[in-house]
Amino acid sequence: MRNICHIFKRELGGYFATPVAYVFLVIFLGMAGAFTFYLGNFFERGQADLSSFFVFHPWLYLILIPAISMRLWAEERKSGTIELFLTLPISIGEAVLGKFLAAWAFCGIALALTFPIWLTVNALGNPDNGVVLAGYIGSFLLAGGFLAIGSAVSAATKSQVIAFVVSAAICFLFTVSGSPLVLNFFSGWAPQAIVDVVASFSFVQHFNAITRGVIDARDLVYFASLIAVFLFANAALVDLKKSS
Amino acid sequence: MSEMLSIRNLSKRFGPIHAVDNVSFSVKRGEVLGFLGPNGAGKSTTMKMITGFLAPTSGTAVVCDHDVLKEPVAVKAKIGYLPEGAPAYPDMTPAAFLGFIAGIRGYSGGKKDARIERAARLVQIEDVMNQPIDTLSKGFKRRVGLAQAILHDPEVLILDEPTDGLDPNQKHEVRTLIQNMARDKAIIISTHILEEVDAVCTRAIIISRGRVVLDGTPDQLAARSRYHNAVSVVLKARAVPVVETLLRSLPAVAETEKVDGMDGLACVTAFAKGGRPIIAEISQIARDPANTIEEVRVERGRLDEVFRTVTETRG
Repeated sequence: MRNICHIFKRELGGYFATPVAYVFLVIFLGMAGAFTFYLGNFFERGQADLSSFFVFHPWLYLILIPAISMRLWAEERKSGTIELFLTLPISIGEAVLGKFLAAWAFCGIALALTFPIWLTVNALGNPDNGVVLAGYIGSFLLAGGFLAIGSAVSAATKSQVIAFVVSAAICFLFTVSGSPLVLNFFSGWAPQAIVDVVASFSFVQHFNAITRGVIDARDLVYFASLIAVFLFANAALVDLKKSS
Repeated sequence: MSEMLSIRNLSKRFGPIHAVDNVSFSVKRGEVLGFLGPNGAGKSTTMKMITGFLAPTSGTAVVCDHDVLKEPVAVKAKIGYLPEGAPAYPDMTPAAFLGFIAGIRGYSGGKKDARIERAARLVQIEDVMNQPIDTLSKGFKRRVGLAQAILHDPEVLILDEPTDGLDPNQKHEVRTLIQNMARDKAIIISTHILEEVDAVCTRAIIISRGRVVLDGTPDQLAARSRYHNAVSVVLKARAVPVVETLLRSLPAVAETEKVDGMDGLACVTAFAKGGRPIIAEISQIARDPANTIEEVRVERGRLDEVFRTVTETRG
């Protein structure tokens, strides 16, 4: 636990030691705002809620989260620092968790910095702030899911570009797995049970359920187990590929 | 517990390649082991297995009674390790980097500051503590890596090419540092700089193609050289034919070799049969002024020649 804390602090500090953090925050906040007001018609809808804000988060994360996760392990392997890092008296599990939690906290910071939109909607009307909070929780969990996938992919390659593209592709499949694009592929030949299982993998489905204000245990279990599975794969990949 | 590090039948295969092939040795407290071998001989691979970075195909390493396969974290806590190329996080400053290492090594508060201050002082990086590591020169980067390795005053120190990229003054400082630390530690340094073995090592192992081909003190290694106890004389070039004939006529001399020097001088080396001392006989020749001999020296043996012999003939 103490080691996770040290790794967490180093990693999180690392984001702010370079322009990476600031570029990311500016782009994220800019795009989140632009999507909400122009594509989401925040004002025209005339509703005191943030659904036009949250609805674009999966698509925003699809591009931006792999940009954060791609460097987590690929950079360590490329620069050789992984040999230093993994010969310190820490376990691989601590290393994986420390890095993941730092990246997740960074996403949390980015998400927290969208607070002006919450102030705006409160100034304009009387939104149900419980639903807004649920939206933020859902968005944070969604970011965690994307990050866990990206972190595992990053451990499998030395190339940050490959890590980015592959993570984005996998995240895309998880995002759209509830849509006809994917389901039609299965529904022609697979039994309904399998189609339902594939549909239940959908990020969007679980995310939308939470942002409606209903925090169902099933949705929490979904995100928690998804993160756990990919972090487990991440640790296995680090162990397997660290020296190659 | 004088045996602090013991390597037992360590092997590593990468597909069909035996990178390390059944290597066994141990290092005692107070020993500085020079780990020599050509590039690709398996030096770094062996070190990576001792430090728990690479899993051996078979065999194991035991560090201070902890088996690296069973208790990797305990082994890593005992070892200070400078990986090849001295990797460090380029965006961090040495102060932040050493702070991170000290935290992981279990130090906090004033003790942590004292540790960092001491390590920085020993490798002389105090002046660059607040500059990002990627702006530092190669020599400073290497010393930041060294500071990281010695920060917790480890009982076992494993340094992969610690003086690579340093200028002669820095090399000297690092060697002095290693010698000063040697008394209560077991140290392994890999190098292909043979002068380093003479300068700091109490023992040397030469590996080639993943196998240990020689293990002994630097003197024992040097004794395997054909230069061992050979005598070199520096003389006027015109006197060379005469002196060479005289030297060859001595029963203890196996052969002679001539190297032309500058200013009309040349150097003739007489090799001893079976490496026995021949200086007594040769000093007779040197005393005759007609032979114009200006300098006589006894060769102790050349490590580079031993190194070449044992690592090449096994091709």
